[in-house]
Parts: sequence; structure tokens; C-alpha cells
Amino acid sequence: MQFMLLFSRQGKLRLQKWYVPLSDKEKKKITRELVQTVLARKPKMCSFLEWRDLKIVYKRYASLYFCCAIEDQDNELITLEIIHRYVELLDKYFGSVCELDIIFNFEKAYFILDEFLLGGEAQETSKKNVLKAIEQADLLQEVSHHEACIAPSGNAFLTQHSSFLIHEPTLNSHILITRNMCS
Amino acid sequence: MLNMTVIYFISYLYLRTSLKLMFAFCLHSDEGLSKHPVSLETLYPSIKIKVYFALFISGKSKEAEIKRINKELANIRSKFKGDKALDGYSKKKYVCKLLFIFLLGHDIDFGHMEAVNLLSSNKYTEKQIGYLFISVLVNSNSDLIRLINNAIKNDLSSRNPTFMNLALHCIANVGSREMAEAFAAEVPRILVAGDTMDSVKQSAALCLLRLNRTSPDLIPMGEWTSRVVHLLNDQHLGVVTAATSLIITLAQKNPDDFKTSVSLAVARLSRIVTSASTDLQDYTYYFVAAPWLSVKLLRLLQCYPPPEDAAIRGRLTECLETILNKAQEPPKSKKVQHSNAKNAVLFEAISLIIHHDSEPTLLVRACNQLGQFLQHRETNLRYLALESMCMLASSEFSHEAVKTHIETVINALKTERDVSVRQRAVDLLYAMCDRSNAKQIVAEMLSYLETADYSIREEIVLKVAILAEKYAVDYTWYVDTILNLIRIAGDYVSEEVWYRVIQIVINRDDVQGYAAKTVFEALQAPACHENLVKVGGYILGEFGNLIAGDPRSSPLIQFNLLHSKFHLCSVPTRALLLSAYVKFINLFPEVKGTIQEVLRADSQLRNADVELQQRAVEYLRLSCIASTDILATVLEEMPPFPERESSILAKLKKKKGSGTVSDMEDSRKERSTNVNGSNDHIVTTSPSSDLLGLGHTQAAALNSASPPVTSNAASLLVDVFTESLPVVPPTSIIEENFSRFVCKNNGVLYENQLLQIGLKSEFRQNLGRMYVFYGNKTTTQFLNFSASLVCQDLNIHTTPADPVVDGGAQLQQVFNIECLLDFVEAPVLSVHFRYGGSMQNISIRLPITLNKFFQPTEMTSQEFFQRWKQLGAPQQEVQKIFKAKHSMDTEVTKAKIIGFGTALLDGVDPNPSNFVGAGVIHTKTIQVGCLLRLEPNTQAQASCSVKRTHIHAALYTLMTINCNIDYCSTDISKGKIKIFKCIFKSQHSQNK
Repeated sequence: MQFMLLFSRQGKLRLQKWYVPLSDKEKKKITRELVQTVLARKPKMCSFLEWRDLKIVYKRYASLYFCCAIEDQDNELITLEIIHRYVELLDKYFGSVCELDIIFNFEKAYFILDEFLLGGEAQETSKKNVLKAIEQADLLQEVSHHEACIAPSGNAFLTQHSSFLIHEPTLNSHILITRNMCS
Repeated sequence: MLNMTVIYFISYLYLRTSLKLMFAFCLHSDEGLSKHPVSLETLYPSIKIKVYFALFISGKSKEAEIKRINKELANIRSKFKGDKALDGYSKKKYVCKLLFIFLLGHDIDFGHMEAVNLLSSNKYTEKQIGYLFISVLVNSNSDLIRLINNAIKNDLSSRNPTFMNLALHCIANVGSREMAEAFAAEVPRILVAGDTMDSVKQSAALCLLRLNRTSPDLIPMGEWTSRVVHLLNDQHLGVVTAATSLIITLAQKNPDDFKTSVSLAVARLSRIVTSASTDLQDYTYYFVAAPWLSVKLLRLLQCYPPPEDAAIRGRLTECLETILNKAQEPPKSKKVQHSNAKNAVLFEAISLIIHHDSEPTLLVRACNQLGQFLQHRETNLRYLALESMCMLASSEFSHEAVKTHIETVINALKTERDVSVRQRAVDLLYAMCDRSNAKQIVAEMLSYLETADYSIREEIVLKVAILAEKYAVDYTWYVDTILNLIRIAGDYVSEEVWYRVIQIVINRDDVQGYAAKTVFEALQAPACHENLVKVGGYILGEFGNLIAGDPRSSPLIQFNLLHSKFHLCSVPTRALLLSAYVKFINLFPEVKGTIQEVLRADSQLRNADVELQQRAVEYLRLSCIASTDILATVLEEMPPFPERESSILAKLKKKKGSGTVSDMEDSRKERSTNVNGSNDHIVTTSPSSDLLGLGHTQAAALNSASPPVTSNAASLLVDVFTESLPVVPPTSIIEENFSRFVCKNNGVLYENQLLQIGLKSEFRQNLGRMYVFYGNKTTTQFLNFSASLVCQDLNIHTTPADPVVDGGAQLQQVFNIECLLDFVEAPVLSVHFRYGGSMQNISIRLPITLNKFFQPTEMTSQEFFQRWKQLGAPQQEVQKIFKAKHSMDTEVTKAKIIGFGTALLDGVDPNPSNFVGAGVIHTKTIQVGCLLRLEPNTQAQASCSVKRTHIHAALYTLMTINCNIDYCSTDISKGKIKIFKCIFKSQHSQNK
């Protein structure tokens, strides 16, 4: 994977991760071009497109677009699932993640990404292991006064930024199914 | 009152942003705000930060945001600069704020130092934010890199896995050369050490992968490589996943070192594929066992040919069969994640099957599976199926199987809503096309073209043109197809396409009459594309006589038809039509009067465009004075074109390559201006529009001897139909004496029966002056004489040469040269003149090489070897070992080194038979110090090793020059064979 971008429906970049050395100018140019291209696509279109000599894999979750650039020989579908696994990780960590969590806790979003992907390749695909690593790190925080207070309410949200990336019911049912099968 | 305002303000923001914050606020408002609003920050710092963040996304105007950010930046700057030392917490807070501002899209130019300070904090969160800042805002500031590397080194040796991971993540994220240099040895050690924690191993593996991608030359292979391969057997699947990624990268570069990974990968894959979905616990993803690892293992196997060991091969085949079987099983979940993960593995397996291309049954099964996907309701799967099938189509085993899906693919072309899917369908049709289905596929593509997206039209046009030519059984079909192309998508038909149809028509007698008839009919349409007018004009001009017998296409009707389009066309097309008219005069004497009338009209004879005017005047004159015989010779039918690779194919290849289309256009533009530029002095007509090559040359040149190399006009006839239009083909640049001039500045560069070119030049620092003498060896005048020089990295000023060189006279031209950059290609001097009736073109490489800008530097033995050792990095060194064909003469070699431009340092090298030199290359932008050492070696067998220098161009020149010394020494001496070795070292020097 060459880079990963998260941006909103309004085209605001929310997270960027580059796995190849590029100048700031190039990064900005690429971002601008890609955001435009991806936002212009209709919902039912396929999640892959050719762009320059790269393949773009993207998926929309609520108000956020997750967009990865992979090389010619890389696997599109598994990249799509990398995106999904990342969203699941965020969701599990924040508890029904929404765009605002990623804006305010951008550092956490980056840390989770680093535990999951490194150098553009999957480092640890087990959800449990990634979250364990992040939780261990959180335990090391000397001040732990605020996290509990800002726990999400799960109630109505007022703004466009705050719709859940994964809809609650689907996720729950998924968790249920997994448990049933495992037990 | 104050309290009220603050509360209002903050709640306003909260409402605009999120209830989450609102909750936080409510929870805290009792104590915090009611007492003293200012204490908010001290009591609940993180809330303050989040309020602060909220300000930016509260949707205010852009100006307000920028104003607010500038204020905040000023505040942070003053905090960092303040006398009071900040505690770790505040430092972290402000660094975090800076990061936030940066991520909003604003530039940050400070705070790096504070972030680096955070790295050495022993509080985890502070360290973490510090590393995050470094990772996101990498700056190749060398001072900081050293400090960062120090911090990383400390963390790596801390034996605290969390800290080690942070450090490894940072290396992997930044991945700069400096880091590669510092940790190339440490990271592999951590990776294979027995006591390393699993999570650290994972980070180390991918960290090494990143370093290997950015600076492969710095990662030494060693005994760790075999141990890395054995990580494929590790218990921890996370470690295996990370290690597989690393091995893939390494195996691509050194396949032999990692051969043993094949059997391990097959074994691992087999265990995964056959496991029950719950065996792998958390590595099972939506009922698919370790999909990421499976994909990676399959990918790794694609670095190698099919395993030779029958057992391993059998096991792999079993795995692939199992994967194909699983695709047929009913899904275990309705979730798209399940099918995606399952199919990701399936597609990777199919890639491997295609890569091996050895098991017909598997290939056909893969093809059938993909065939099912072609009609799947998931757009993504249809897209991927089309893409993978393209590759299957090129395998001899599955080509036929792919062809059975033609109807589905054509249907996809017609019904898919997504342009990227349709594009894949076009690609697949192109790939599956052969003689049996070409007519159908071309017809479908043509009909799709009418509605195709603009973005892919040009590519489809090229593909249709190629298929039509490649699979044409009878060429009437080919002609029809191309004319249809022009009719449907005239704007997207590039020059190559219509040049090509003319080439083919001219070369094939059997199709000429049909072509003439068809274009004649096509031209009847009230509105036809200009490209059609071009093709029509050309073909009727050549073969109009073949259809003139029919009263419906009598000469006059043909002429009137063409002329009715004349006024709607651009200048180049009109020029082409004028040439067609004059050809008509030869073909049909009966319309001579009419055509002369047209040529004589004011709109032609006094046309504002020089090209058109000249053609009109010359053609008119030619038709008036020339006898029928002369006319028939001058205007004879074009000779066949030499067979060559289709220029369209070349264009499609280019289009598919990495270069973007716009780049190509640019380069083509550039080239054509070069051509025109160098032609300006001699010809008034631009060669590209002069299809018939008639404008300015003697009749004889036009139809004379077959391989028309020396004559400009005749070579035009050939070259005009290819993409490259240089007047002289690039291969004919004369370089024979070039190397003699590397070490000397004066002498005769070129000589033939007509002309002698001599040089005299001097260079100082980055400037130079070259006198070029053109001697006319004949007794006749050279007319229209011109000489020009094209070069990018050199700034060259010249005086225009006198257009006439009398017989026996010598003409002098001065070039003032400034070296802007280090450069590779020496400039080419193009000389054009007219001798007797024919144009003469000579292109010679001028010996302006990088070493001309050397200034010699004297240094002592100690200085020399100190610097020599400093320049140890491989990229700073070029070494070449070569054989001297004859024995060496010490004095001559010394003269060569001095002539090369460096100072000859006598008595510097302890070995008296070695030669050493030193100098600084001056360019306008940089100065590069170079050290040279020549080691003659009488016994050793030569082994050639070449290392890269800092600047690519410098390397190249130095290499060239190296060879040149070789050349010179062969030239100067006779006798025994000696082997000697020459090393150059260079560095960027800071202005001495």
C-alpha cells in the first residue's frame, strides 16, 4: 500500500498516512485530485479504480471515505477488508465510532493504524491483539481522568460529523453471530 | 456576567459540534465553571484541547479559521520561545495542537525541536505524541535526524517492548536514508533475536521491509536471512503475516536467497486452507481462515516458478483446488466481508495459477469461476473478474475458455453503469481478440465508441485500429473500419492512426481502388471530419485515377468534392489538399485548367499563410512550365513504405505505461518545435505538413533511388508517417571523433567530401567558449547554410552563421557556453546547407562534456587520502575496471589526466605506478569535488564493479570518460595487454 487517506463527504482530509516518500506539495496534489475523483463517483459504482499507475480502493462509511492506494500486483478485495478491519478497530475502541472521534482523537486513530498497518502492510490482523496493544498503552497514561467522561452517549447526534461509521444494529448482530459460532 | 458569556460561547460551540462534548461539559460544569471559568484548562486540560479543536470545525468562514489559527500559532510560538521552561505536559499539549493544525491543512514550520525533546521523556504519552509528530511531519533536517536517531537508539535498547515498538514504528513511518544507515544492522538483529517479544518482531519485520523499499542498497543480507525464512513456521500468526510481507519484498530482489521459503509457504498455506474456520481463533475473519496471511503466502509463491519437488507441487495444487472448491460452497455468512475475504484469497490463487501457467485444468477451472463472477450482482466482483480474465486470455491453455464468455463481456460493455468496469470490459475484449472473433469484437467496440466516455475514447480508437490491422484478412474491411473510426470519433483519431491507414493503402495494390471508392463515398457526407478530408485528399491524390472511369466519380467531380471541403479546413489540411490538386494535374490533364484557376485565385496566391502561398505559387508554376514527362516524374505515385512496427502499437504501449498522456503530448510538442526550430533557416515549409515533399526540392529527389537517406525531402516522405519527425533520424548523429575530444580542446571534429568541421575551445569554471570552423572543401557555394545547437542543461549563446559559404572558404561560429547543471548528454550540432540541388544535413555530437568544467585542485597526500576515505559511501563512488588493449605509456597517461581537467597529483599515492588527480566540477548551481585514482594492474584478472555517485549525471559522465581513457590508451600505445583500474570519488562541496 502506498498511502491511506480518510476524508469527509465535504472533502476535508481527516487522516493521512503515507508509506512512500513524497514531498508535501505532491501529497497535497494527490490528495486534492483523489478526493475530487472519489467524491464524484456514484454510490453503486465499484470500489476500485485505476489512477495514474496505482489502483485506488475506497469505501464509504457514513460521512467518511476511506481510500487506499495500492500497487499493481496488490489484492483489491483484501485491501477493502483492511479498510473494514480498521473501521472495526476504531469502532471497538471508541465504541460506535463517528467522524468526530477521529477528528478529536486523531492521535488514537493514528496509533491504532500503526498497530494494525506498518510500512503499508498488515502487521497484526487480529482485532483482539491490536486492541490489547492499544489498551496496554492506554494503561501507561499517567493521567487517566478524562477518557471515561467523554464516553459516547449513543443518543441523537446533531451534526453531519457525528453519524456512526458502522450502524449499531448490524454491528451488534455481527458480534452475536461470532459469539454463537465460537462457543 | 463573565461566567455567562463563557458558558454561552462554549455551549454554542458544543451544539454545533457534538453532543458528546456537551455531555462532557455538563458533567464538569458544576464544579469547573460555576466557580471560575478560567480554571477549565487547569482542571480539565483535555477538555480544553477538545474545545480548542472544536473551534476549528465549527463551520465558521475560512478567514475566521485562518485568523484563529494564526493567533494560536503565535501563542504556541511564544510559549516555546518563552523564558520559562515548559513542563512535559504543556510541551505535549502544544505539540499536539500543532499536529492538529497541520492535519487541518495548514503549514507548520516550528515545533520540531520540542517534539524531539518529547522523545526522551519517560512518560509514555509524551513520547508517543513526540513520535507521532515526527512521523507525520518528517523533515529531513539533518541536525534533528541525528537527535531523533539518538532517541530511537535509546528506545530500541530499552528492552521495554512498548518503547521498542514506538521506535520501530517511527523508523517504519519515516523510512529515510539516514535512518536506514543508522539502523540497518540493529533492526534485523532485533527481528531474529530469540528473546524478542512477538509484537516487537512484527514491528521489526515491517520496519525492515520499509527500509528495504526505500534504501535496498543499505540493507545487507546476512545470516539473518535464513532465520527470517523460518519465521514462516512461527506459532504466532501475526508474526507470520508480517514476516511474509518482508520475505516477499526481499525475495523479489534476491530470489535465490529465499528459495527455501517456497516449501514453508506451501506447508503453511495448506494448514490454513484445511483448517476449520474456528481453529485460528481471532485470525479467522468472517469465517474465512486468516485471509490476509493466505493472500500474502500466495503472493510470495508468485515470486517463484512452480515448485520442482513433486510432493510440494502436489500439495500446492491441492491447496489451490481446495480454494477453488470453497468458492463453490454456499456462503457461511451473508455479510459482504465474508465474501470479500473469501474471494480475495480466490483471486490471489487465480493469480498464482496464471503466474505458473502450467496446469491446464486449474486454468480452465479458474476461467469458469471468473465466468460466474462476470454476472455477479457485486460490481466489485465483476470488475475483478474482467481484470483477471485479461491475464487468462494470454495463456494458451485458457484462451479458448475465455473466448466462450464473449457475449457476457460484450453485454457488460453495453450495460455496465460504471465507466471503470466498462473500461475493463474493453481491455478484456482486446485481450481475447483473435482472427476468429475480430470482426465481431471490432464491430462491438465501434458501436460502443459512439456512446463511450470521453476519457477512454482515445484508447478505444487505438485498440480498434490495432485489432483491425492485426486481424485483417481482407483489407477492405480494414479500410472500412478505420473510416468508421474517423466518422464516429474523428476527434480522438490521432495522427498515427490515419498515417497508418495511408501507409497500408499505399503498400497494398489490392486495396487501393476500394479505398479510393470508399473515401470518395465517405466524403459525400455533408459534414465530415477533417481527418477524413486528410485521408480522402491523400488517397484521391494518389489513386483517384482508379475510380475516374465511373462517370459518378469523374475527375472533375472528385476535385469539386475535395475542394468543397477546402474552406472548412485548417492550414495543414489545406496544404495537403493543394498537394492533392497538383497530383490531380498529373493524373487528369483534363482538369488542369480548373485547378490552375483555383491555384491562381487571390485567396491562394496571396494567402496570408506562407506555407499555403508558397505551395500555390510553386504548384502553379510547375504546372505551367513543366512538360508532361517531367510532371509525371515529379508527381508519380508514392513508393511503398518500408515495413515497420505499427506506430499505433507504440503509442498504445506508451499510453498504458506510467507516463501520463499530458507528459507525452508535451514531449511530442517539444520534439516538433525542435524540428521546426532547426529547420527555420533553410526551409520555409514545415516538414510535417509537406506530405508530398514537393515544396522546395528538385523533382529528382522525390522519386529517386530507393533508400533516401541523404536527401532531406526524401527522408521526409518516410518519416512523416511515423511519430518521430526529426529531420535526421537520431541514429545518424555522428560521434566517431567525439571521444578524442574528451581530453583535448582543439582539432578536427568531422570531415567528409564536402565539409570539414574544426574546433577550438576554452573553458574556465562553469563557462566556456567554443569556436567552430566550417570549411567548404568544394568549389561551389553552400547555400542556406545554418548550424544550431540544442541543449537543456547548458546555456548556449551563439552568433547566427552566414547563410552562404563560398567554395574553398571557411566560416567561423562562436558558441558561448554556460554549464547550469551536471549533465549527461553532450549537445548535438545540426548543420544544414544546400549543395548543388540537394539539402545536406549533418548532426554531430559536440564534445562539451562535464569534465570540461573541471578546475584542477592541488592537495597533499594527507589531504587527498583523508577526503578519499570520507567519501566512502557507495553512492559517492564510481569504479570501473577495464582492460587496456595495449601497454601504457606513463607520460601519455599523465597528459590524459591533465587534459581530463583534474590536477595530476604527483607523489601522492604511495604506490608509484598509480595516478591520482583531483578537481572541482563547476556548474552554475553546484560544485562537485572529484577525486580520481587510476591503478594500473599488470597481473590481476579484471572484475568490473560500478558504484553510484551522488549525482546521476556525474556518474554517467565519469563512466563515459573512464571508457574514454581506455579508448585513449588503446589509441596511444601498442604492445602488451595491461589491466588497470580507475576510481572516481565525488562529493558536493560547499563552494570550496
